[in-house]
Amino acid sequence: MYPSNFAYAAPTSLADVLAQMQAAGDDGKLLAGGQSLIPMLKLRLAEPKTVIDLGKVQSLRGIRVDGNSIVIGAMTPYVDVLDSADVQRRCPLLVQTISQVGDPQVRSRGTVGGSIAHADPAGDLPAAAVALGAVVTATGPSGNHTYDAANFFQDVLTTALEPNEVVTSVSFSATDAPGTGTAYLKHRHPASGYAVVGIAAIVMVGADGNCQAARIGITGAGSHATRATSTEQALAGKPLDAQSVAAACANAADGVDLMGDSYASSDYRAHLIRVLSQRAVLQAAQNARR
Amino acid sequence: MAVSRLFGATVKRREDPRLITGKGTYTDDFKLPGMLHMAILRSPYAHARITHLDTSKAKQVPGVHAVLTGQDLEGKVNGIPTAWLIPASDLKTPTYKALATDHVRFTGDGVAAVVAETPAIAHDALDLIDINYEPLPVVTETEKALAPGAPQLHDDAPNNQAFHWTFSNGDPDGAFNGAEVVVRHRFVQQRLIPNAMEPRGAVAQWQSGADELTLYNTTQNPHIVRFLASVTNNIPENKIRVFARDVGGGFGSKIPFYPGDALTIFASQVTGRPVKWIEDRRENFLATIHGRDQITDVELAAKRDGTMTGLRVKAYSNMGAYLSTAAPGVPTWLFALIVPGCYTIQNYSCDVLGAFTNTTPTDAYRGAGRPEAAFLIERMADLLAGELQMDPVDVRRKNFVPADAFPYTSAGTLTYDSGNYQGTLDKALEMADYNGFRQQQQQMRQQGRYQGVGLSTYVEVCGLAPSPAAGAMGFQGGLWEPGTVRMLATGKAVVLTGTNPHGQGEETTFAQLVGDMLGIPAEDVDVVHGDTAAIPMGWGTYGSRSTAVGGTAIYKATQKVIEKAKKVAAHLLEASPDDMVFDSGTFHVQGSPDKKKTIQEVALMANLAWNMPEGVEPGLEESSFHDPTNFTYPFGAHICTVEVDPDTGEVKILRYVAVDDVGVVINPMIVDGQVHGGVAQGIGQALYEHAIYDEAGQLITGSMMDYAVPNATHIPTIETARTETPCPHNLTGVKGVGETGTIASSQAVVNAVVDVLSPLGIKHIDMPLTPERVWQAIQAAKSSGSGSGSGNANQPGQPGQ
Repeated sequence: MYPSNFAYAAPTSLADVLAQMQAAGDDGKLLAGGQSLIPMLKLRLAEPKTVIDLGKVQSLRGIRVDGNSIVIGAMTPYVDVLDSADVQRRCPLLVQTISQVGDPQVRSRGTVGGSIAHADPAGDLPAAAVALGAVVTATGPSGNHTYDAANFFQDVLTTALEPNEVVTSVSFSATDAPGTGTAYLKHRHPASGYAVVGIAAIVMVGADGNCQAARIGITGAGSHATRATSTEQALAGKPLDAQSVAAACANAADGVDLMGDSYASSDYRAHLIRVLSQRAVLQAAQNARR
Repeated sequence: MAVSRLFGATVKRREDPRLITGKGTYTDDFKLPGMLHMAILRSPYAHARITHLDTSKAKQVPGVHAVLTGQDLEGKVNGIPTAWLIPASDLKTPTYKALATDHVRFTGDGVAAVVAETPAIAHDALDLIDINYEPLPVVTETEKALAPGAPQLHDDAPNNQAFHWTFSNGDPDGAFNGAEVVVRHRFVQQRLIPNAMEPRGAVAQWQSGADELTLYNTTQNPHIVRFLASVTNNIPENKIRVFARDVGGGFGSKIPFYPGDALTIFASQVTGRPVKWIEDRRENFLATIHGRDQITDVELAAKRDGTMTGLRVKAYSNMGAYLSTAAPGVPTWLFALIVPGCYTIQNYSCDVLGAFTNTTPTDAYRGAGRPEAAFLIERMADLLAGELQMDPVDVRRKNFVPADAFPYTSAGTLTYDSGNYQGTLDKALEMADYNGFRQQQQQMRQQGRYQGVGLSTYVEVCGLAPSPAAGAMGFQGGLWEPGTVRMLATGKAVVLTGTNPHGQGEETTFAQLVGDMLGIPAEDVDVVHGDTAAIPMGWGTYGSRSTAVGGTAIYKATQKVIEKAKKVAAHLLEASPDDMVFDSGTFHVQGSPDKKKTIQEVALMANLAWNMPEGVEPGLEESSFHDPTNFTYPFGAHICTVEVDPDTGEVKILRYVAVDDVGVVINPMIVDGQVHGGVAQGIGQALYEHAIYDEAGQLITGSMMDYAVPNATHIPTIETARTETPCPHNLTGVKGVGETGTIASSQAVVNAVVDVLSPLGIKHIDMPLTPERVWQAIQAAKSSGSGSGSGNANQPGQPGQ
């Protein structure tokens, strides 16, 4: 568990970060909270020549409310999100999701931007990001660039980011309108704690008690986080009882490029998507009525 | 003996403050002047020929002192010995080289080592070793390895057969001829990875002038390491000192002597500097022994009333690529003799084939053969109950060795020393409210909730062992223990033990034992272990033997101390030794309580020796060498209740009740802790842990990200209780508790899950019972429609309920 040699840079401003990235080129690697990169370095699965630590860039930290959005700086650690009264009140899905990430140590060090940029297929936050329609802001030599979460996650550990860009913030829509409820349910890998399948659900309940609209984010099962769009469409206008929801969730795994491993086959993951989607939608609906 | 007894008292472990505040002294904490660091290059292939090996680039790295290959060891470092040579089994012991020379046989087999100024330099230099391999066909599974045409690992082990060991007693075939009922099943004991918290490591200091070796080693048995280092590295045994202060867990994985140990010693000899080798976690997964990995085909003959009459077992054991130190004894003697368990089965046979495969060597892992045995017989008891539509409790009651039948000679030819199997079961049934649960279970089913209860009534064999028995089984050692008790002039006592506790708490337990006998505070008793220079001999800590065997030696030595002190006290009090009374640490003359000397006063005078009685030597130190006359036989009943989520297959443990009888208990808190840890490991095997190799022999669960060691959130509250049936053949009545939890628990969990699913016709699921395995079993049962339940509404597995 000894990393290969690397140079270490600890810039204090975003401009410095970009300069360091340019200097390092393809041999540089950004370090956020280190919850993924440090183990990869120790196992020599990653052998960058330069590690650029973002930890000293204060402008990348913090949570602010911007109209109907919660904007979270990329280097904001999970624990700050959990502790934020604005997040708790206006975007509870982030609390529901992040509280199930790893353990207290991971949540203390891990960051929102790190998780989004790393795009681990079993990460929790991407499910909430796609469900909430998050907007990822990145900065590069040519300035800021925004990505919709729906297009941001592209493959295993692969995003739409340009190589010379750094994620600076992520904006999440508030879900505190009356009649809206959220839930995150996760089948947790017994060893890693990562999501074998994670389902983030947002349900808007109409005055008639039926589902007005639903958004479902899936993580863990495929190469990257996606939406269960056919289930979302099937839920619209339907009663939110167990039977209707089960019927709508029967197709929840459609379109997911399912992966399998020694712990859970792709069939089982597809099944978990269906079961957990049902449960998450029902729980979100229940939360909406509270 | 003292009235307010330390013996039997809940005393906090004296080990814990230093260990939980980071002040323990593990192998990696030894930092010697001039010390170098070693790293080992390990084969990335499970089976290959080495076609090219060039270390010249690595040797040129600044800070590198030596690069060692298998060629460098030829004639200097012998093969790693196998120390359990089971007789009459056609045992093959192919050479296990500390570094392979031309042929690697598992992913992780060592091929070269770098010795450098820092660990980082050593690891960087490993990358510069130029090595080419020609991959060979791979076989990782036992039955495939034994089949014709399988890839061959060793020229001197045809068909990859390591041994063929058989046992038979009574008339097993006769019992099956015309049996009223026969139940058959195959069980897979999956491969497990011990994962001690402290990985393995060694610091070797060779002093060339004196030709002496000091080896700091993380081991369960320093004296065995001394012996094996002697024969492997060609160093006289009396020139080796092995030192193991704090050892961060072992679970059997620190019994063996490993290639890394031999290499570290050799590296120190070559460089003339102290050398440290500490494996990392990845290396620990690959290169430290694994456990279990056995397939058993079992047949049980019985009468319709549930009486078990015959048992036949055919076992296939995966030994890995080489035979580790104690490996051959585990799936044979340690497994087979206890298979009949608590039951009066008279006719029994067991046939065990051991196979070499392209996997990490296996060896003893907590319980070592006995968890496999207990799992097998307890699953068969439930399968028999299912076949006969009997309550699993009744099947067990029907076959228990009765409490008045001890000592009882089992079909496994063991003489069970004492027991009351019905007693622990009754207590467990009451604690778990078994009857209430059974009633509630039906109601819950109506509500679509699927709960079940599983029993495990076990007996195990530990307190290893009478040395003649060890010899008869081919174990290349004795299993007695020495104990020394020394009183210093200041009234403090030092206890020397040849056992090497590494989490079992005997520093506390032995201090209680001796403090209680001498009538001095436990704080005044220091327990010394893990130093071959200080301790005359010892066979180590494993097989739940430390307190039963080592403790008895200490008990006897303490008795001798008291006897000698009595003579000195009598002399000082001008009385006859026969008139001395010893109570609560004070000698007094019978009938004259004022004429007295404390043991501390006696210790002072014995150490000064100004005024000793005629013929009594100075000092107050005695030793005893205890060889037990029998094994010990702890037993008990564990009951687990579970709920299964029929939609996801997830198993939740609702309650876990452990009623154990481990003989007399010296420290109830420590005993509870041992039960907790053991049960956690058993639950780990039942639900989570599985070492999986792919077809190419790569360990795909080779990290803590993939291999699920249960953590606190996976383990329920464990409700412990005990009955106490003393061991009749040692002086303390202690039996042993280090392994009972592991031996007792896996099958309790599996029996409970199968109890949930039996209405679907599900009879068995192999461990670990992961959610997917349970879900798949439910799917298969539903599609085959073999359920025997009373109606679909009562069956689990209806999606969307």
